Amino acid sequence: MEEVRVLEIKQSVFANNEAQANRLRQALKEKGIYLLNLMSSPGSGKTTTLTRVAERLRDSLRIGVMEADIDSDVDARAMAAAGVKTIQLHTGGMCHLDAAMTRQGLDGLEPDSLDLVVLENVGNLVCPAEFDTGAVKNAMILSVPEGHDKPLKYPLMFQVCDVVLINKIDVLAYFDFDMQACAEYIHMRNPNAQIFPISAKTGEGIEAFTDWLQTEIRQWKGESV
Amino acid sequence: MHELGIVFHIIDALDTVAKENDLSAIQSVTIQLGEVSTVIAEYLVDCWNWAVKKRPLLKECRMEVETLPAVTHCETCGRDYGTVAHGRVCPHCGSEKTYLLTGSEINIKEIAAC
Repeated sequence: MEEVRVLEIKQSVFANNEAQANRLRQALKEKGIYLLNLMSSPGSGKTTTLTRVAERLRDSLRIGVMEADIDSDVDARAMAAAGVKTIQLHTGGMCHLDAAMTRQGLDGLEPDSLDLVVLENVGNLVCPAEFDTGAVKNAMILSVPEGHDKPLKYPLMFQVCDVVLINKIDVLAYFDFDMQACAEYIHMRNPNAQIFPISAKTGEGIEAFTDWLQTEIRQWKGESV
Repeated sequence: MHELGIVFHIIDALDTVAKENDLSAIQSVTIQLGEVSTVIAEYLVDCWNWAVKKRPLLKECRMEVETLPAVTHCETCGRDYGTVAHGRVCPHCGSEKTYLLTGSEINIKEIAAC
């Protein structure tokens, strides 16, 4: 029988994923495609927000959406109805997307003709924050009914997000949601996080976010802003 | 659910190590889990035992898990403290300006193989 030997590996479980994510980002940069990873808890309004964003941007940008869900194609149908090129990814029970899954989804979407691809990650504030998908920026939606203390409860999610959309501000009057405290908690986790209060239902605040997004895309493509 | 995703990443990493070192079977793998890594060791081992069954390289491979302590540093008073016992608020001075030094790791430490 062969001799058993011990090999030191000393490698983070995420090392491979990070390498794949960096390769994907590089490929996207070369093609001028902006990939936004959108995360949130279930029911915060990801699909409705994306529909609003698509309404504003679809005349000036070619947009694609990847809908990641454990099962079903409800969200993909809603996006397709809004006239956006959409692909449904089924994670088959997994609670997050990693860089390899994102790459597969992108290949299926044939992104070469697109300027902006939004990855609608699995509704979950824990696991998706741990895996770099290869996206250019991370965004998350926190909705008013969830409460302003979420950045304290899910610190990693807010730490990795470049943008936080605070959605459902049309119902602020009915909830004890402290906008100022929420912004403080978010900046405790990430001092550079951009915050946009929005209502996907009424459209309030969406323009400020789409302006930010358009500037980001122009910078990513190397165009003058 | 989370643990299964981690298991697949470990399997991918070990496939690569096996190719590079011309290994035919791996007997054991040692994982280091930070105390606040959000991964539950028992679930990880259960997922591992299920996932390796059909893989010739890994079907006899035992997973061993070591725990790495979580330590938080306070920017205000400069001292360190145990994260699990005290959370994000410094027990020495009450400051919330703290950050995690160690404890979120999920590392593959070593394998035994032939």
